[in-house]
Amino acid sequence: MRALVWITEVSWQACVDQARELLPADAEVTILHVAASDVEQLAGHPGPGRLGRHRPAPPGPTVREIGEAEARSLLQAAAERFGRGAQTVARRGRVEREVLEAVDELPADVLVLARDGAPRREPKSIGHFARFVVDHAGCPVLLVWGERPQLEMQWPPHLR
Amino acid sequence: MNEAIALVTLAAALTAAVARWRWAPDWIVAALGAVIVVAVGALSFHGARTALGRLGPTVGFLAALLVLADGCRRAGVFDTLGRLMALGSHGRPRRLLAMVFLAAAGTTAVLSLDATIVLLTPIVFATAARLPTSPRPHVYACSHLANSASLLLPVSNLTNLLAFAACGVSFTRFAALMALPWLAALAIEWVVLTRVFADDLRGAAPVVPSGAAAERPGLPRFALAVVGLTLAGFAVSSVVGVAPVWFATAGAVALTIAQPPASVGSLVGAAEPAFLVFVLGLGVIVSAAGVNGLSSVVDSLLPHGSDLPALLAVAFVSAILANLVNNLPATLIVVAVVSASAPGAVLAMLIGVNVGPNLTYVGSLATLLWRRIVHAHDEDVDVGQFLKLGALTVPGILVAATVGLWLALQVV
Repeated sequence: MRALVWITEVSWQACVDQARELLPADAEVTILHVAASDVEQLAGHPGPGRLGRHRPAPPGPTVREIGEAEARSLLQAAAERFGRGAQTVARRGRVEREVLEAVDELPADVLVLARDGAPRREPKSIGHFARFVVDHAGCPVLLVWGERPQLEMQWPPHLR
Repeated sequence: MNEAIALVTLAAALTAAVARWRWAPDWIVAALGAVIVVAVGALSFHGARTALGRLGPTVGFLAALLVLADGCRRAGVFDTLGRLMALGSHGRPRRLLAMVFLAAAGTTAVLSLDATIVLLTPIVFATAARLPTSPRPHVYACSHLANSASLLLPVSNLTNLLAFAACGVSFTRFAALMALPWLAALAIEWVVLTRVFADDLRGAAPVVPSGAAAERPGLPRFALAVVGLTLAGFAVSSVVGVAPVWFATAGAVALTIAQPPASVGSLVGAAEPAFLVFVLGLGVIVSAAGVNGLSSVVDSLLPHGSDLPALLAVAFVSAILANLVNNLPATLIVVAVVSASAPGAVLAMLIGVNVGPNLTYVGSLATLLWRRIVHAHDEDVDVGQFLKLGALTVPGILVAATVGLWLALQVV
Protein backbone atom coordinates (compact mmCIF):
# COMPACT_ATOMS: atom_id res chain seq x y z
CA MET A 1 0.00 0.00 0.00
CA ARG A 2 1.28 3.43 -0.98
CA ALA A 3 0.17 6.20 1.36
CA LEU A 4 0.56 9.94 0.87
CA VAL A 5 0.53 12.04 4.05
CA TRP A 6 -0.15 15.72 3.34
CA ILE A 7 1.14 17.91 6.17
CA THR A 8 0.79 21.64 6.86
CA GLU A 9 2.71 23.97 9.19
CA VAL A 10 -0.14 23.98 11.70
CA SER A 11 -1.20 20.35 12.10
CA TRP A 12 1.82 18.32 10.94
CA GLN A 13 2.51 16.67 14.30
CA ALA A 14 -1.03 15.38 14.82
CA CYS A 15 -1.20 14.30 11.19
CA VAL A 16 2.07 12.34 11.33
CA ASP A 17 1.22 10.74 14.70
CA GLN A 18 -2.17 9.50 13.53
CA ALA A 19 -0.75 8.29 10.21
CA ARG A 20 1.76 6.16 12.16
CA GLU A 21 -1.04 4.75 14.35
CA LEU A 22 -3.54 4.04 11.58
CA LEU A 23 -1.50 3.02 8.53
CA PRO A 24 -0.35 -0.62 8.25
CA ALA A 25 3.29 -1.15 9.25
CA ASP A 26 4.29 -2.21 5.73
CA ALA A 27 2.78 0.85 4.01
CA GLU A 28 5.15 2.80 1.76
CA VAL A 29 4.71 6.31 3.15
CA THR A 30 5.44 9.60 1.38
CA ILE A 31 5.09 12.84 3.33
CA LEU A 32 4.05 15.85 1.24
CA HIS A 33 4.25 19.58 1.88
CA VAL A 34 2.94 22.18 -0.57
CA ALA A 35 4.17 25.78 -0.45
CA ALA A 36 1.48 28.23 -1.54
CA SER A 37 3.03 29.99 -4.52
CA ASP A 38 0.45 32.78 -4.44
CA VAL A 39 1.61 33.78 -0.95
CA GLU A 40 5.28 33.64 -1.95
CA GLN A 41 4.58 35.66 -5.04
CA LEU A 42 2.58 38.26 -3.13
CA ALA A 43 5.36 38.56 -0.55
CA GLY A 44 7.91 39.17 -3.29
CA HIS A 45 5.70 41.27 -5.55
CA PRO A 46 6.76 44.84 -6.31
CA GLY A 47 3.25 45.85 -5.34
CA PRO A 48 0.96 48.65 -6.29
CA GLY A 49 1.93 52.30 -6.40
CA ARG A 50 4.88 51.61 -8.66
CA LEU A 51 2.74 50.47 -11.58
CA GLY A 52 4.11 46.98 -11.09
CA ARG A 53 7.70 47.88 -11.97
CA HIS A 54 10.52 45.65 -10.79
CA ARG A 55 12.46 47.12 -7.94
CA PRO A 56 15.92 46.23 -6.70
CA ALA A 57 15.36 43.38 -4.26
CA PRO A 58 17.02 43.84 -0.89
CA PRO A 59 20.05 41.58 -0.40
CA GLY A 60 19.66 38.24 1.36
CA PRO A 61 17.66 35.13 0.49
CA THR A 62 14.59 35.64 -1.67
CA VAL A 63 11.13 34.88 -0.39
CA ARG A 64 11.11 31.68 -2.45
CA GLU A 65 14.43 30.51 -1.00
CA ILE A 66 13.14 31.14 2.52
CA GLY A 67 9.97 29.19 1.72
CA GLU A 68 11.93 26.27 0.27
CA ALA A 69 14.28 26.10 3.27
CA GLU A 70 11.37 26.12 5.74
CA ALA A 71 9.53 23.42 3.77
CA ARG A 72 12.65 21.21 3.80
CA SER A 73 13.12 21.52 7.55
CA LEU A 74 9.42 20.88 8.18
CA LEU A 75 9.49 17.72 6.05
CA GLN A 76 12.65 16.53 7.78
CA ALA A 77 11.08 17.06 11.22
CA ALA A 78 7.94 15.21 10.06
CA ALA A 79 9.95 12.25 8.69
CA GLU A 80 11.89 12.00 11.97
CA ARG A 81 8.69 12.13 14.01
CA PHE A 82 7.08 9.45 11.81
CA GLY A 83 10.07 7.26 12.58
CA ARG A 84 9.33 4.32 10.26
CA GLY A 85 11.20 5.59 7.23
CA ALA A 86 9.28 7.77 4.82
CA GLN A 87 9.96 9.56 1.56
CA THR A 88 9.42 13.32 1.54
CA VAL A 89 8.15 15.49 -1.31
CA ALA A 90 8.07 19.27 -1.45
CA ARG A 91 5.90 20.95 -4.07
CA ARG A 92 4.85 24.52 -4.72
CA GLY A 93 1.85 25.93 -6.51
CA ARG A 94 -1.87 26.18 -5.82
CA VAL A 95 -2.09 24.05 -2.69
CA GLU A 96 -5.26 22.06 -3.37
CA ARG A 97 -4.32 21.24 -6.97
CA GLU A 98 -0.76 20.23 -6.10
CA VAL A 99 -2.03 17.77 -3.49
CA LEU A 100 -4.36 16.14 -6.01
CA GLU A 101 -1.62 15.96 -8.63
CA ALA A 102 0.75 14.38 -6.10
CA VAL A 103 -1.88 11.73 -5.35
CA ASP A 104 -2.23 10.89 -9.03
CA GLU A 105 1.50 10.93 -9.76
CA LEU A 106 2.50 8.60 -6.93
CA PRO A 107 -0.18 7.03 -7.41
CA ALA A 108 -1.38 6.83 -3.82
CA ASP A 109 -3.70 4.09 -2.51
CA VAL A 110 -4.68 6.29 0.40
CA LEU A 111 -4.31 9.99 1.23
CA VAL A 112 -3.92 11.06 4.86
CA LEU A 113 -4.73 14.65 5.74
CA ALA A 114 -5.75 16.63 8.82
CA ARG A 115 -8.84 18.76 9.17
CA ASP A 116 -7.78 22.39 8.95
CA GLY A 117 -10.84 24.07 10.40
CA ALA A 118 -12.56 24.51 13.75
CA PRO A 119 -11.92 21.65 16.24
CA ARG A 120 -15.64 20.89 16.48
CA ARG A 121 -17.87 18.26 14.93
CA GLU A 122 -19.36 20.50 12.26
CA PRO A 123 -18.89 21.41 8.58
CA LYS A 124 -16.48 24.22 9.48
CA SER A 125 -14.02 21.63 10.79
CA ILE A 126 -12.77 21.31 7.22
CA GLY A 127 -11.33 24.46 5.67
CA HIS A 128 -11.20 25.53 2.04
CA PHE A 129 -8.13 23.59 0.85
CA ALA A 130 -8.84 20.33 2.67
CA ARG A 131 -12.47 20.39 1.53
CA PHE A 132 -11.41 20.80 -2.10
CA VAL A 133 -8.97 17.89 -1.74
CA VAL A 134 -11.54 15.63 -0.04
CA ASP A 135 -14.13 16.48 -2.69
CA HIS A 136 -11.80 15.77 -5.63
CA ALA A 137 -9.39 13.07 -4.45
CA GLY A 138 -9.37 9.97 -6.65
CA CYS A 139 -8.28 7.62 -3.85
CA PRO A 140 -9.62 6.75 -0.38
CA VAL A 141 -9.03 9.58 2.08
CA LEU A 142 -8.11 9.18 5.74
CA LEU A 143 -9.23 12.39 7.45
CA VAL A 144 -7.69 12.86 10.91
CA TRP A 145 -8.16 15.55 13.55
CA GLY A 146 -5.55 18.32 13.47
CA GLU A 147 -6.16 19.10 17.10
CA ARG A 148 -8.23 17.50 19.83
CA PRO A 149 -11.87 18.22 19.01
CA GLN A 150 -14.69 19.03 21.39
CA LEU A 151 -16.25 15.62 21.41
CA GLU A 152 -19.82 16.39 22.42
CA MET A 153 -21.87 16.69 19.26
CA GLN A 154 -23.85 19.92 18.93
CA TRP A 155 -26.71 19.10 16.57
CA PRO A 156 -27.74 22.05 14.43
CA PRO A 157 -31.10 23.53 15.59
CA HIS A 158 -33.14 22.12 12.68
CA LEU A 159 -31.95 18.56 13.43
CA ARG A 160 -32.50 18.63 17.20
CA MET B 1 -4.76 68.99 -32.30
CA ASN B 2 -2.87 69.86 -29.10
CA GLU B 3 -5.55 68.07 -27.12
CA ALA B 4 -5.07 64.89 -29.18
CA ILE B 5 -1.26 65.01 -28.85
CA ALA B 6 -1.45 65.50 -25.07
CA LEU B 7 -3.88 62.61 -24.66
CA VAL B 8 -1.90 60.30 -26.95
CA THR B 9 1.35 60.95 -25.06
CA LEU B 10 -0.49 60.39 -21.76
CA ALA B 11 -1.86 57.10 -23.07
CA ALA B 12 1.60 56.09 -24.33
CA ALA B 13 3.26 56.80 -20.96
CA LEU B 14 0.57 54.89 -19.05
CA THR B 15 0.70 51.97 -21.47
CA ALA B 16 4.48 51.79 -21.25
CA ALA B 17 4.23 51.75 -17.43
CA VAL B 18 1.70 48.93 -17.43
CA ALA B 19 3.12 46.88 -20.31
CA ARG B 20 6.77 47.04 -19.18
CA TRP B 21 8.24 46.63 -22.66
CA ARG B 22 11.97 46.04 -22.63
CA TRP B 23 12.46 48.14 -25.73
CA ALA B 24 10.50 51.12 -24.34
CA PRO B 25 11.00 51.64 -20.61
CA ASP B 26 8.25 53.80 -19.11
CA TRP B 27 10.64 56.50 -17.90
CA ILE B 28 12.02 57.06 -21.39
CA VAL B 29 8.51 57.14 -22.88
CA ALA B 30 7.38 59.64 -20.20
CA ALA B 31 10.46 61.86 -20.64
CA LEU B 32 10.10 61.80 -24.44
CA GLY B 33 6.39 62.54 -24.13
CA ALA B 34 7.15 65.55 -21.92
CA VAL B 35 9.60 66.87 -24.51
CA ILE B 36 7.07 66.30 -27.32
CA VAL B 37 4.16 68.12 -25.64
CA VAL B 38 6.39 71.16 -25.09
CA ALA B 39 7.98 70.97 -28.57
CA VAL B 40 4.61 70.93 -30.38
CA GLY B 41 3.23 73.67 -28.15
CA ALA B 42 0.60 71.58 -26.30
CA LEU B 43 2.15 73.00 -23.14
CA SER B 44 4.06 76.28 -23.00
CA PHE B 45 7.67 76.26 -21.85
CA HIS B 46 6.57 78.32 -18.87
CA GLY B 47 3.84 75.79 -18.09
CA ALA B 48 6.35 72.94 -18.18
CA ARG B 49 8.70 74.85 -15.89
CA THR B 50 5.88 75.50 -13.43
CA ALA B 51 4.92 71.81 -13.43
CA LEU B 52 8.53 70.71 -12.88
CA GLY B 53 9.03 73.39 -10.21
CA ARG B 54 5.98 72.05 -8.37
CA LEU B 55 6.95 68.38 -8.71
CA GLY B 56 10.72 68.72 -8.18
CA PRO B 57 10.64 69.12 -4.38
CA THR B 58 8.05 66.32 -4.09
CA VAL B 59 10.21 63.95 -6.11
CA GLY B 60 13.25 64.93 -4.03
CA PHE B 61 11.20 64.26 -0.89
CA LEU B 62 10.33 60.79 -2.20
CA ALA B 63 14.00 60.06 -3.00
CA ALA B 64 15.02 61.09 0.54
CA LEU B 65 12.34 58.83 2.04
CA LEU B 66 13.42 55.86 -0.09
CA VAL B 67 17.06 56.34 0.97
CA LEU B 68 15.97 56.73 4.62
CA ALA B 69 13.99 53.46 4.47
CA ASP B 70 16.91 51.64 2.85
CA GLY B 71 19.20 52.97 5.60
CA CYS B 72 16.78 51.53 8.15
CA ARG B 73 17.07 48.16 6.39
CA ARG B 74 20.88 48.26 6.52
CA ALA B 75 20.71 49.19 10.20
CA GLY B 76 18.60 46.06 10.80
CA VAL B 77 15.34 47.79 11.72
CA PHE B 78 13.19 45.32 9.75
CA ASP B 79 15.10 42.23 10.94
CA THR B 80 14.57 43.43 14.50
CA LEU B 81 10.88 43.99 13.81
CA GLY B 82 10.67 40.40 12.54
CA ARG B 83 12.28 39.00 15.68
CA LEU B 84 10.10 41.14 17.94
CA MET B 85 6.99 39.94 16.07
CA ALA B 86 8.03 36.30 16.46
CA LEU B 87 8.84 36.80 20.14
CA GLY B 88 5.64 38.71 20.91
CA SER B 89 3.35 36.29 19.10
CA HIS B 90 4.24 33.25 21.28
CA GLY B 91 3.47 31.23 18.15
CA ARG B 92 -0.20 32.23 18.23
CA PRO B 93 -1.30 33.18 14.69
CA ARG B 94 -3.83 35.79 15.78
CA ARG B 95 -1.29 37.54 18.01
CA LEU B 96 1.21 37.42 15.19
CA LEU B 97 -1.35 39.04 12.88
CA ALA B 98 -1.93 41.79 15.47
CA MET B 99 1.83 42.43 15.56
CA VAL B 100 2.00 42.40 11.77
CA PHE B 101 -0.78 45.00 11.75
CA LEU B 102 1.19 47.22 14.14
CA ALA B 103 4.43 46.82 12.18
CA ALA B 104 2.85 47.31 8.75
CA ALA B 105 0.66 50.25 9.79
CA GLY B 106 3.61 51.95 11.49
CA THR B 107 6.10 51.27 8.70
CA THR B 108 3.66 52.43 6.02
CA ALA B 109 2.73 55.60 7.89
CA VAL B 110 6.29 56.65 8.74
CA LEU B 111 8.49 55.23 5.96
CA SER B 112 5.89 54.98 3.15
CA LEU B 113 4.14 52.07 1.48
CA ASP B 114 7.28 51.17 -0.46
CA ALA B 115 9.11 50.27 2.74
CA THR B 116 6.26 47.95 3.72
CA ILE B 117 6.10 46.21 0.35
CA VAL B 118 9.80 45.91 -0.44
CA LEU B 119 11.41 45.69 3.00
CA LEU B 120 8.83 44.55 5.57
CA THR B 121 6.73 41.98 3.67
CA PRO B 122 9.62 39.53 3.00
CA ILE B 123 10.53 39.73 6.70
CA VAL B 124 6.92 39.03 7.68
CA PHE B 125 6.87 36.04 5.33
CA ALA B 126 10.10 34.66 6.82
CA THR B 127 8.84 35.25 10.38
CA ALA B 128 5.54 33.47 9.75
CA ALA B 129 7.22 30.63 7.82
CA ARG B 130 9.42 29.84 10.83
CA LEU B 131 6.42 29.56 13.17
CA PRO B 132 3.84 26.76 13.09
CA THR B 133 1.42 28.94 11.18
CA SER B 134 0.40 29.66 7.61
CA PRO B 135 2.06 32.84 6.26
CA ARG B 136 -1.06 33.55 4.17
CA PRO B 137 -3.02 36.00 6.38
CA HIS B 138 0.14 37.87 7.39
CA VAL B 139 1.37 38.40 3.84
CA TYR B 140 -2.09 39.46 2.63
CA ALA B 141 -2.30 41.86 5.59
CA CYS B 142 1.01 43.51 4.61
CA SER B 143 -0.07 43.80 1.02
CA HIS B 144 -3.40 45.40 1.97
CA LEU B 145 -2.07 47.68 4.72
CA ALA B 146 0.60 49.08 2.41
CA ASN B 147 -2.32 50.83 0.71
CA SER B 148 -4.98 51.32 3.34
CA ALA B 149 -2.56 52.33 6.12
CA SER B 150 -0.96 54.92 3.85
CA LEU B 151 -3.59 57.54 4.74
CA LEU B 152 -2.02 58.96 7.91
CA LEU B 153 0.93 61.19 7.02
CA PRO B 154 2.03 63.14 3.94
CA VAL B 155 5.09 60.84 3.78
CA SER B 156 3.09 57.60 3.78
CA ASN B 157 2.46 57.53 0.03
CA LEU B 158 3.72 59.43 -3.03
CA THR B 159 0.10 60.38 -3.74
CA ASN B 160 -0.03 62.05 -0.31
CA LEU B 161 3.18 63.96 -1.04
CA LEU B 162 1.72 65.25 -4.31
CA ALA B 163 -1.53 66.29 -2.63
CA PHE B 164 0.31 67.74 0.38
CA ALA B 165 2.32 70.00 -1.92
CA ALA B 166 -0.88 71.14 -3.62
CA CYS B 167 -3.39 71.59 -0.79
CA GLY B 168 -1.43 73.85 1.53
CA VAL B 169 -2.25 72.29 4.92
CA SER B 170 0.52 71.86 7.49
CA PHE B 171 2.07 68.43 8.22
CA THR B 172 0.38 68.23 11.63
CA ARG B 173 -3.05 69.32 10.34
CA PHE B 174 -2.80 66.71 7.58
CA ALA B 175 -2.07 64.04 10.20
CA ALA B 176 -4.84 65.30 12.51
CA LEU B 177 -7.42 65.22 9.70
CA MET B 178 -6.34 61.79 8.47
CA ALA B 179 -5.97 60.05 11.87
CA LEU B 180 -9.63 59.02 12.06
CA PRO B 181 -9.79 57.78 8.42
CA TRP B 182 -6.56 55.82 9.04
CA LEU B 183 -7.94 54.16 12.17
CA ALA B 184 -11.23 53.39 10.40
CA ALA B 185 -9.30 51.71 7.57
CA LEU B 186 -7.22 49.63 10.02
CA ALA B 187 -10.33 48.55 11.94
CA ILE B 188 -12.13 47.36 8.79
CA GLU B 189 -9.03 45.54 7.54
CA TRP B 190 -8.73 43.75 10.90
CA VAL B 191 -12.37 42.67 10.97
CA VAL B 192 -12.35 41.43 7.36
CA LEU B 193 -8.93 39.73 7.38
CA THR B 194 -9.56 37.88 10.66
CA ARG B 195 -12.93 36.65 9.29
CA VAL B 196 -11.69 35.63 5.83
CA PHE B 197 -8.58 33.89 7.19
CA ALA B 198 -10.26 32.43 10.28
CA ASP B 199 -9.08 28.90 9.33
CA ASP B 200 -5.44 29.99 9.05
CA LEU B 201 -5.56 31.92 12.32
CA ARG B 202 -7.04 29.13 14.42
CA GLY B 203 -5.33 27.51 17.36
CA ALA B 204 -1.88 25.99 16.96
CA ALA B 205 -0.23 25.12 20.22
CA PRO B 206 1.61 28.11 21.64
CA VAL B 207 5.33 27.88 21.06
CA VAL B 208 7.81 28.96 23.67
CA PRO B 209 10.78 30.32 21.77
CA SER B 210 14.10 28.88 22.84
CA GLY B 211 17.77 29.54 22.29
CA ALA B 212 18.76 32.59 20.27
CA ALA B 213 15.14 33.21 19.24
CA ALA B 214 14.13 33.72 22.87
CA GLU B 215 16.59 36.54 23.46
CA ARG B 216 15.27 40.03 23.08
CA PRO B 217 17.13 41.46 20.09
CA GLY B 218 19.25 44.58 20.55
CA LEU B 219 17.48 47.59 19.07
CA PRO B 220 19.09 49.55 16.23
CA ARG B 221 18.97 52.65 18.42
CA PHE B 222 20.68 55.09 16.09
CA ALA B 223 18.40 54.35 13.14
CA LEU B 224 15.29 54.54 15.34
CA ALA B 225 16.50 57.84 16.81
CA VAL B 226 17.06 59.25 13.31
CA VAL B 227 13.55 58.20 12.23
CA GLY B 228 12.09 59.66 15.46
CA LEU B 229 13.92 62.96 15.00
CA THR B 230 12.88 63.12 11.34
CA LEU B 231 9.25 62.64 12.38
CA ALA B 232 9.61 65.31 15.08
CA GLY B 233 11.09 67.59 12.41
CA PHE B 234 8.05 66.98 10.17
CA ALA B 235 5.76 67.85 13.09
CA VAL B 236 7.43 71.18 13.83
CA SER B 237 8.18 72.05 10.19
CA SER B 238 5.39 74.60 9.83
CA VAL B 239 6.23 76.20 13.19
CA VAL B 240 9.93 76.67 12.45
CA GLY B 241 9.29 77.50 8.79
CA VAL B 242 11.50 74.75 7.32
CA ALA B 243 9.98 72.56 4.60
CA PRO B 244 9.57 68.88 5.67
CA VAL B 245 11.69 67.76 2.71
CA TRP B 246 14.80 69.10 4.51
CA PHE B 247 14.17 66.99 7.59
CA ALA B 248 13.76 63.92 5.38
CA THR B 249 17.01 64.80 3.59
CA ALA B 250 18.84 65.29 6.91
CA GLY B 251 17.57 61.93 8.14
CA ALA B 252 18.61 60.20 4.92
CA VAL B 253 22.09 61.77 5.05
CA ALA B 254 22.57 60.87 8.73
CA LEU B 255 21.65 57.22 8.16
CA THR B 256 23.76 57.01 5.01
CA ILE B 257 26.81 58.24 6.92
CA ALA B 258 26.19 56.01 9.95
CA GLN B 259 25.29 52.93 7.88
CA PRO B 260 27.22 53.36 4.63
CA PRO B 261 25.70 51.45 1.70
CA ALA B 262 27.74 48.77 -0.08
CA SER B 263 28.33 51.05 -3.05
CA VAL B 264 27.30 54.38 -4.52
CA GLY B 265 25.36 52.35 -7.08
CA SER B 266 23.20 50.70 -4.41
CA LEU B 267 22.54 54.11 -2.81
CA VAL B 268 21.40 55.56 -6.13
CA GLY B 269 19.43 52.38 -6.86
CA ALA B 270 17.55 52.70 -3.56
CA ALA B 271 16.29 56.12 -4.69
CA GLU B 272 14.88 54.57 -7.90
CA PRO B 273 16.03 57.32 -10.30
CA ALA B 274 14.15 55.85 -13.28
CA PHE B 275 10.90 56.06 -11.35
CA LEU B 276 11.60 59.66 -10.33
CA VAL B 277 12.16 60.60 -14.00
CA PHE B 278 8.89 58.83 -14.86
CA VAL B 279 7.00 60.90 -12.25
CA LEU B 280 8.46 64.18 -13.56
CA GLY B 281 7.72 63.28 -17.19
CA LEU B 282 4.19 62.13 -16.36
CA GLY B 283 3.61 65.35 -14.39
CA VAL B 284 4.46 67.48 -17.44
CA ILE B 285 2.28 65.34 -19.73
CA VAL B 286 -0.67 65.52 -17.32
CA SER B 287 -0.26 69.33 -17.14
CA ALA B 288 -0.43 69.45 -20.93
CA ALA B 289 -3.52 67.22 -20.96
CA GLY B 290 -5.00 69.37 -18.17
CA VAL B 291 -4.73 72.72 -20.01
CA ASN B 292 -6.03 71.04 -23.17
CA GLY B 293 -9.35 69.98 -21.74
CA LEU B 294 -8.75 67.01 -19.40
CA SER B 295 -9.08 69.23 -16.31
CA SER B 296 -12.46 70.55 -17.37
CA VAL B 297 -13.73 67.02 -18.08
CA VAL B 298 -12.59 65.79 -14.63
CA ASP B 299 -13.93 68.99 -13.08
CA SER B 300 -17.37 68.30 -14.52
CA LEU B 301 -17.25 64.70 -13.19
CA LEU B 302 -16.36 65.69 -9.63
CA PRO B 303 -18.83 67.28 -7.24
CA HIS B 304 -17.80 70.46 -5.48
CA GLY B 305 -18.16 71.44 -1.86
CA SER B 306 -17.11 69.79 1.36
CA ASP B 307 -20.36 68.29 2.61
CA LEU B 308 -20.39 64.55 3.22
CA PRO B 309 -22.08 63.44 -0.06
CA ALA B 310 -19.58 65.51 -2.08
CA LEU B 311 -16.60 64.04 -0.20
CA LEU B 312 -17.97 60.50 -0.67
CA ALA B 313 -18.42 61.12 -4.38
CA VAL B 314 -14.84 62.43 -4.70
CA ALA B 315 -13.49 59.37 -2.85
CA PHE B 316 -15.42 56.89 -5.04
CA VAL B 317 -14.66 58.66 -8.34
CA SER B 318 -10.96 58.78 -7.36
CA ALA B 319 -10.97 55.09 -6.47
CA ILE B 320 -12.51 54.25 -9.85
CA LEU B 321 -10.03 56.50 -11.68
CA ALA B 322 -7.14 54.88 -9.78
CA ASN B 323 -8.32 51.50 -11.04
CA LEU B 324 -8.62 52.75 -14.60
CA VAL B 325 -5.26 54.52 -14.94
CA ASN B 326 -3.35 53.65 -11.69
CA ASN B 327 -3.26 55.82 -8.62
CA LEU B 328 -0.29 58.04 -9.47
CA PRO B 329 -1.67 59.41 -12.78
CA ALA B 330 -5.12 59.59 -11.13
CA THR B 331 -3.66 61.77 -8.37
CA LEU B 332 -1.89 64.06 -10.81
CA ILE B 333 -5.10 64.45 -12.83
CA VAL B 334 -7.48 64.97 -9.90
CA VAL B 335 -5.23 67.10 -7.68
CA ALA B 336 -4.97 69.76 -10.39
CA VAL B 337 -8.76 70.11 -10.28
CA VAL B 338 -9.64 69.76 -6.60
CA SER B 339 -6.71 71.53 -4.94
CA ALA B 340 -8.41 74.84 -5.67
CA SER B 341 -11.55 73.96 -3.72
CA ALA B 342 -10.66 72.87 -0.18
CA PRO B 343 -8.37 70.52 1.71
CA GLY B 344 -11.40 68.31 2.39
CA ALA B 345 -11.77 67.41 -1.27
CA VAL B 346 -8.02 66.75 -1.69
CA LEU B 347 -7.98 64.42 1.32
CA ALA B 348 -11.14 62.63 0.14
CA MET B 349 -9.39 62.10 -3.19
CA LEU B 350 -6.43 60.59 -1.32
CA ILE B 351 -8.75 58.13 0.44
CA GLY B 352 -9.96 57.05 -3.00
CA VAL B 353 -6.60 56.76 -4.75
CA ASN B 354 -4.84 55.13 -1.77
CA VAL B 355 -7.49 52.56 -0.82
CA GLY B 356 -8.87 51.92 -4.33
CA PRO B 357 -5.79 49.96 -5.53
CA ASN B 358 -6.55 47.29 -2.91
CA LEU B 359 -9.11 45.84 -5.31
CA THR B 360 -6.13 44.16 -7.02
CA TYR B 361 -2.54 43.46 -5.99
CA VAL B 362 -1.06 45.18 -9.05
CA GLY B 363 -2.39 48.67 -8.41
CA SER B 364 -5.29 48.84 -10.82
CA LEU B 365 -7.88 46.71 -12.56
CA ALA B 366 -6.49 47.93 -15.89
CA THR B 367 -3.02 46.58 -15.06
CA LEU B 368 -4.51 43.30 -13.85
CA LEU B 369 -6.48 42.79 -17.08
CA TRP B 370 -3.37 43.57 -19.13
CA ARG B 371 -1.31 41.05 -17.19
CA ARG B 372 -3.97 38.37 -17.49
CA ILE B 373 -4.10 38.88 -21.24
CA VAL B 374 -0.39 39.19 -21.97
CA HIS B 375 1.25 36.98 -19.37
CA ALA B 376 -1.59 34.54 -18.83
CA HIS B 377 0.46 31.95 -16.93
CA ASP B 378 3.19 34.20 -15.71
CA GLU B 379 1.84 34.79 -12.24
CA ASP B 380 0.38 32.44 -9.66
CA VAL B 381 -1.19 35.04 -7.40
CA ASP B 382 -4.71 33.87 -6.61
CA VAL B 383 -6.61 36.69 -8.26
CA GLY B 384 -9.95 35.46 -6.92
CA GLN B 385 -8.75 35.58 -3.32
CA PHE B 386 -7.37 39.08 -3.72
CA LEU B 387 -10.45 40.39 -5.54
CA LYS B 388 -12.66 38.93 -2.81
CA LEU B 389 -10.63 40.65 -0.08
CA GLY B 390 -10.70 43.89 -2.07
CA ALA B 391 -14.44 43.70 -2.61
CA LEU B 392 -14.96 43.07 1.13
CA THR B 393 -12.72 45.91 2.35
CA VAL B 394 -12.49 48.70 -0.22
CA PRO B 395 -16.11 49.97 -0.33
CA GLY B 396 -16.42 49.85 3.47
CA ILE B 397 -13.13 51.66 4.00
CA LEU B 398 -14.01 54.32 1.41
CA VAL B 399 -17.25 55.07 3.29
CA ALA B 400 -15.90 54.79 6.85
CA ALA B 401 -12.70 56.73 6.16
CA THR B 402 -14.57 59.50 4.33
CA VAL B 403 -17.08 59.80 7.17
CA GLY B 404 -14.09 59.96 9.54
CA LEU B 405 -12.55 62.70 7.43
CA TRP B 406 -15.82 64.63 7.38
CA LEU B 407 -16.05 64.40 11.20
CA ALA B 408 -12.43 65.50 11.56
CA LEU B 409 -13.05 68.47 9.27
CA GLN B 410 -15.83 69.64 11.63
CA VAL B 411 -13.40 69.63 14.59
CA VAL B 412 -9.82 70.22 13.38
